[in-house]
Amino acid sequence: MLTPLHKQLLNNYQQEFPLSPRPYLEIANHLGVTEAEVLSAFTELAEHNYISRIGPVIPPNHIGLSTLVAMAIPAPQLSTAAAIVSSFPEVNHNYEREHRFNLWFVLIASDQQHLQSVIAKIETQTGFKTMQLPLLADYFINLGFQLDLDDTAPVTINQAEAVSA
Amino acid sequence: MIDPIDLQLIVAIQAGLPVVARPYALIAEQLELTENEVITRLSRLKQQGLIKRLGVIVKHRRLGYQANAMVVFDMPDTLVNDKGQQISQLPFINLCYLRPRHGEQWPYNLFCMIHGKSRERVLQQLNQLISSCALQDYPYDILFSPRCFKQRGALYANKLS
Repeated sequence: MLTPLHKQLLNNYQQEFPLSPRPYLEIANHLGVTEAEVLSAFTELAEHNYISRIGPVIPPNHIGLSTLVAMAIPAPQLSTAAAIVSSFPEVNHNYEREHRFNLWFVLIASDQQHLQSVIAKIETQTGFKTMQLPLLADYFINLGFQLDLDDTAPVTINQAEAVSA
Repeated sequence: MIDPIDLQLIVAIQAGLPVVARPYALIAEQLELTENEVITRLSRLKQQGLIKRLGVIVKHRRLGYQANAMVVFDMPDTLVNDKGQQISQLPFINLCYLRPRHGEQWPYNLFCMIHGKSRERVLQQLNQLISSCALQDYPYDILFSPRCFKQRGALYANKLS
């Protein structure tokens, strides 16, 4: 069950996690709770798999090289092929999608040669061809977004925020 | 070419900052840097845009956003930049990018993502997208994702440079 503190941590700190020696204390002061409460709330969010981490988002192709890859796999073989694809550490997202091209994943490698060698292994091991769709331009990449976490009971704004707003 | 210490730092925090009172001091200890140097380097990487954001990475499916759709359009090359920028202004869009077509089997070049709480809501948002960005004349497709096999941040190996 998400508490109001959980919801504030989920929504307010996707973009600007404090870069100061005591970041959790800074958040605690801002929200009017203790540092220990913030630390345990973040631990709970991670343990219950509501967050994957507090970490950096690196835009594509700034470190190494990335590409989106799609494959058209007959339905009975999809799970097996997906497991092969997911087993590569270079693959970071792997989704089934409703289309003839039904498996979509993102690959990141150190350079073009590394990238192509992983794709070749995936084609050999799954027995299916890939379609490579490298990024040509990005108009907007920001995976953070405002979550509507409770339609009936909106998160209460604490006093400190209300004063600073 | 990325500074080797910056790369080590990114590798050290990519799986997530430790949830302890002084996370940057802990990272600094591992890398034989000072806490202040870690904070300064991360601030600089954000300013430079090499770190797009530093913060909480949520699991949207767990939080009720189950309908994840990739929407793709076949846009004329002369219009694609303008349309991409227009689409990016809509609040329910969190990714929008240009990718190559692959002939008849994949005629689409403009991609965007909509994460919604239900298929119905996403389809409403798609209609809103089409009308507010005047996309009625262009072929499109919507690819919902029934299953996520793997989702995690990019993992960079130390050898990358």
